Amino acid sequence: MNVPNRNMIDQNRRPRLVVERVSSGYGSTPIVRDVSLAIPDAALTILVGPNGCGKSTLLKTMARVLPASGGRVVLDGRPVHGMPTRDVARRLALLPQGPVAPEGLSVRELVAQGRYPHQTLLRQWSRADARAVEAAMEAADVVRFADRPVSDLSGGQRQRCWMAMVLAQETDIILLDEPTTFLDLKVQVDLMRLLRRIAQEDGRTVVMVLHELNVAAAFADLLVMMRGGRLVAQGPVGTAFTAGALREVFGLEASVLTDPASGRPVCVPLVAPRMAVAAE
Amino acid sequence: MTGPILPRRGPASRAAPLAGLAVLALAFVWHVSVGARPIPPGIVAEALLAFDADVLDHVVIVDLRLPRALCAVLVGAALSVAGALMQGVTRNPLAEPGLLGLLIGASFAVVLFVGVLGIAPPAMIPLVAALGATGAAAAVWGIAAAAPGGATPLTLILAGAAITAFLGALVTVATLLDERSFEELRVWLTGSLAGGRLDQALWALPWLVAGLAVALGAARQVTALAMGDETAIGLGMDVGRLKARLLFAVVALTASAVAIAGPMGFVGLVVPHAVRLFAGQDYRRVVPWSALAGAAYLLVVDIAARMVLAPVEISTGLVTALLGAPIFVWLVRARL
Ligand SMILES: Nc1ncnc2c1ncn2[C@@H]1O[C@H](COP(=O)(O)OP(=O)(O)O)[C@@H](O)[C@H]1O
Ligand SMILES: [Mg+2]
Repeated sequence: MNVPNRNMIDQNRRPRLVVERVSSGYGSTPIVRDVSLAIPDAALTILVGPNGCGKSTLLKTMARVLPASGGRVVLDGRPVHGMPTRDVARRLALLPQGPVAPEGLSVRELVAQGRYPHQTLLRQWSRADARAVEAAMEAADVVRFADRPVSDLSGGQRQRCWMAMVLAQETDIILLDEPTTFLDLKVQVDLMRLLRRIAQEDGRTVVMVLHELNVAAAFADLLVMMRGGRLVAQGPVGTAFTAGALREVFGLEASVLTDPASGRPVCVPLVAPRMAVAAE
Repeated sequence: MTGPILPRRGPASRAAPLAGLAVLALAFVWHVSVGARPIPPGIVAEALLAFDADVLDHVVIVDLRLPRALCAVLVGAALSVAGALMQGVTRNPLAEPGLLGLLIGASFAVVLFVGVLGIAPPAMIPLVAALGATGAAAAVWGIAAAAPGGATPLTLILAGAAITAFLGALVTVATLLDERSFEELRVWLTGSLAGGRLDQALWALPWLVAGLAVALGAARQVTALAMGDETAIGLGMDVGRLKARLLFAVVALTASAVAIAGPMGFVGLVVPHAVRLFAGQDYRRVVPWSALAGAAYLLVVDIAARMVLAPVEISTGLVTALLGAPIFVWLVRARL
């Protein structure tokens, strides 16, 4: 009934992943401007904002795929852009937006790619690798089509395969860019449950960009709202997910209700102001 | 269920590489036994294992036929691996040294230096060819990138065709201007394993071996690279350095193949795609299998080149083109 328990990590300890006044973009034009954000450990952080506001750019900068033109991203006390890239890949995994698997690559082959940062030229495939791949396929529920080509699967199945690849990387921190786009609501919710379990039971840190506002509100431990390359609001869903914030960030007129079952807020867009239903 | 082995598809077993090597050995012996004077495989094996300088067949085998078979192995492996790498890195199923202009670039540079300028110590040929291949590849990329929509598989192929036509015309003009000094180059320009260019092969060998070594070492990263730069970086790859290494491998392999046997079109297209049918899409297997299958393929093609119209011999490069063009058309229909 009550709001799910916040993470149990000692609040005095510095989080493992911290964004400090970061600006970044492509070429000379900055897209993300002066963003500061401490990612809570062992929790689910969800990033929302209108299209083109810089969510992917911020996530890519956090994952050192893009350089920061200002500020820095700190991972385990070190600037992530200065760390050896394999070292980063053993701590932090990234699933980019809309990834494409080569035609004909099997699910198992795809998931096995996640083991790259744990392998060396001389020790290319170990028992630990095989175990991690099996466990990841189990968790993402893709064992049934392990030997089928990824390109033959449905959108939801394919998305779970990518999830399995990221899980096989066995990192404590996982960054995901819109992993639920184009999926049925039911499939979205299954995926979100999986991610919440990973955060709560395995103590892993998940940061994701999400399109679907109500799904974000239902699952986020920390909700971060962006607009025009800047952070507009951040906090637990209860305080961040308000009608005022939705209006400011998305220009969306909506009522925010409380789901009696979960105690989580839900937004209902106002179709026509006069027909608005009383919230209480 | 799965042991601590490479994730694999289907019932392929650990015996597969051995079977592949056995096929290669058979093709090799067959290749050596075929010729104007057929030599039974038994004698071939004898000459290879217990050479006797007093036996004429042994001398024919070791002095004439062995070099040609070895050249076929090297060139077939080099072009196939170069094609496989190019397809992975550019995410373009039609990428291949010939179609993207590298072969004609290398040939043009060699013709320019050897035929026109007349400077050609054999040690220089692979370097000259590498220079030409790199220049042509850069031109093809530049033209394709400037086209509306950027460097797509289609614009790359079109730019490759344009550069091939342009440099091909220049090569033809050069050969017409000076018939005599181009006597030898003319056969070479059709892609030929005839004429025992063993000295050339020895100078190309270090580049070829280096290219193969880099390709095999980087193979496991190519699969991730084929999924996009962002995914590859996320997995902990230094994408800039990786691409530079792969470019070196492609250029070194292409240039040494051209130095040995001239331009052989479509080998880099046909072999990797055939390999994918049984080895899957993971470059950890595609690259070594392409080397093996490419060597066997060119041996068999060269046998055909000598046998189909015997006693007349046709250029091996003509046969690879005759076999490759229909497969190219099929790929365009199926994949583009
Ligand atoms: N590779 C790129 N090169 C140049 N501009 C880009 C690139 N990717 C995104 N942009 C621009 O950056 C802005 C923010 O994009 P992005 O971070 O992808 O937004 P979001 O993920 O919030 O939808 C957009 O205006 C987009 O056009
Ligand atoms: Mg985005």
